[in-house]
Amino acid sequence: MSRWANEHRKWLFAAPAMAFVAVLIIFPVAWTGYLSLTDAEGSVRAESEFIGFQNYLDVLTDTDRFWPAVWRTVLFTGVVLLFEVVLGMAIALLLWRPFRGEKWVRVAILLPLVATPVAVGMMWRLIFDPNIGMANQLLGWIGIGPQPWLAGQHSALPTTMFIDIWQWTPMVVLILLAGLTSLSDEPQEAARIDGASSWQRFRHVTLPLLMPTVIVAILLRGIDALKTFDILYATKGRGGGSFHEVETLNVYAYGLSFDYNDYGVSSTVLIIFFLIIIGVMWALTYRKKGLGR
Amino acid sequence: MRRRSIIGTSLAVVTAMSLAACGGGDGGGEDSKTVRVTLVNHVWTENIRKALPEFEKQSGLTVDVTQLGEDQLSDQYNVKLNAGSDDLDVMMYRPLQEGKLFAKNKYLADLSERVKSDSAFEIGDFQAGPMQATTYEDNIVGLPIITEQEVLYYRKDLLTKSGFTAPPKTLDELKAQAAKIEADNPGVAGFVARTGKAAAVTQFSSFLFSFGGDFVDSSGKATVNTEQAKQAYAYYGGLLRDHGPENISTDMSWSEAMAIFTQGKAAFYTEANSLYKNATDPTKSKVVDSVGFAAFPAGPAGSKPYNIPSWALGVNDSSENKDNAWKFIQWAAGKEQALAQQTAGVPGARASVWANPAGTASYPKDLAEANTVSTANGVGHDRPLVVKVAQAREIVGQPIVDAITGKDAASSADTANAAFQKFLDDEAK
Repeated sequence: MSRWANEHRKWLFAAPAMAFVAVLIIFPVAWTGYLSLTDAEGSVRAESEFIGFQNYLDVLTDTDRFWPAVWRTVLFTGVVLLFEVVLGMAIALLLWRPFRGEKWVRVAILLPLVATPVAVGMMWRLIFDPNIGMANQLLGWIGIGPQPWLAGQHSALPTTMFIDIWQWTPMVVLILLAGLTSLSDEPQEAARIDGASSWQRFRHVTLPLLMPTVIVAILLRGIDALKTFDILYATKGRGGGSFHEVETLNVYAYGLSFDYNDYGVSSTVLIIFFLIIIGVMWALTYRKKGLGR
Repeated sequence: MRRRSIIGTSLAVVTAMSLAACGGGDGGGEDSKTVRVTLVNHVWTENIRKALPEFEKQSGLTVDVTQLGEDQLSDQYNVKLNAGSDDLDVMMYRPLQEGKLFAKNKYLADLSERVKSDSAFEIGDFQAGPMQATTYEDNIVGLPIITEQEVLYYRKDLLTKSGFTAPPKTLDELKAQAAKIEADNPGVAGFVARTGKAAAVTQFSSFLFSFGGDFVDSSGKATVNTEQAKQAYAYYGGLLRDHGPENISTDMSWSEAMAIFTQGKAAFYTEANSLYKNATDPTKSKVVDSVGFAAFPAGPAGSKPYNIPSWALGVNDSSENKDNAWKFIQWAAGKEQALAQQTAGVPGARASVWANPAGTASYPKDLAEANTVSTANGVGHDRPLVVKVAQAREIVGQPIVDAITGKDAASSADTANAAFQKFLDDEAK
């Protein structure tokens, strides 16, 4: 090995990874950032003008589509996270101790997780069809009138939340179960000897010890939920429905690019979205570090 | 200061290189014996695929077909054409939806010379309206292959049961018959049609024209809040609200609306004639024996359905295989295939085929009659003729969904008109 190569070998070995990061992460983000400062539309190859932060001004003052989309994104993420963590915790606690038929229950719970989100969306779209769907037929058998589900202007978002919770709670169960099984038994034993009830043991022993794992679950699911696209697109199509009833930031940015060909504005929305995700990640990892101390 | 984006070009090159690397095999260059053709899911495509061996034999070329759904096709074009990719040779595209955008971006090769130098292809045989939609700044950038007219689908049995001897000739009669049939047949809607904000615009257009309105006037001003337009919005939305399916959604495109009709859940349905096989095919429809077709009912301004070119074939301007791409189009849009397609139920754009009795012999008799009325009275567009059509459809479609959900269609039309005018002004800059 030549002397030069020997002196720079750490860089030589790191070069492929650095090239990967540069081409697949830094370049697209930088390119999107550049586009967000232009009036690019119609085609990214067409002439465009540098317009500074005009797009950001336009987007941040847009109360018609942008802010409602932000609100829906936050609402969607908050609600599904809350349900998924609470339900996931409950199911993980049930599966924590061995019981008969445990394996079958675990397989059944994991089934939604292995399905493709687009297929899941299309399946639930059929089930929730207001005229011929199974959901309304079931309701009819127990004497409840048909519901609009995905078709309703106000019921569409909660229905998509339900689908997301159905599909992704198992992932939270998996993470929490892994955390639970790694916990030491001694604190539980000590609490039991001290006469603590099940709830007290959970509240004051299990939960605090499990908190770093819970934060990991929230972090992973939170980022995923923030950028949910496939379920929303498969159930409501472009624009998130005729009244944009399930249009989140992701769906909005997609529409700006692929329907409106407004690449400048779309890039602006994506950069703002990117910053939101970075902010949330930073806040959660900061909180996790705090717990670790 | 306007300038060509250097970064844009480098991105295009990087992406094109990656895509080319993924492609492998025959690179599709000038000496290639493979033509890469991207087609949409359509009866036309099914027919052409069956006939491909004949073309491959006579031309010595291999045709590599990519077949996609409408939305996926559109998205793929957006990505690949933006990247300047040369791995698309022939493209099936929608002249009214994306034709202007593609031509403006120079994605479509100018075929004028090739078309004019081939007398057997007979460019003069194409109907003028559809050809106009595939011509940009006097250059022929595509050849129309499928045309559509809006007609009325109806259930003969339900009409007879309610004492009607003929389908409605006017929009007033349509409303009255829908109401009577709905009352006589619990669980069956009087009328069904597209309800999705953007999806409904094309079918609503015939109602708009028949009420005497349009999206834009001759001076280019937005006209979706004229008295005629307001009446059309109120009529279309009201008909669906009052006599549509019980749990009506505002997301229905043709597939959902067609499913309701073909499952026997609706008496009347207004839709493109090119989709009629969905109603007459026993594997797809429960109403095969009772379905009838009629000309679009007349409104205050008469019966004015759209008559448009819905799909065309063009050549990717970045393709290095243009000669072979043209050979494919010569065959696929040629007289022989046009006749074969129309005989198999796909309305085309060639006048000679419409004039040929064999060209219309396979249609149900009442549909052929309805088609004749539509082509005679038809309007050459079914959506605003702008560059950003998807955005325009959303704007002018808002009063439709507002009317369906019981909101004030007139004030919604006023709001939509202001937004549409702003959109037109922005696009004119």
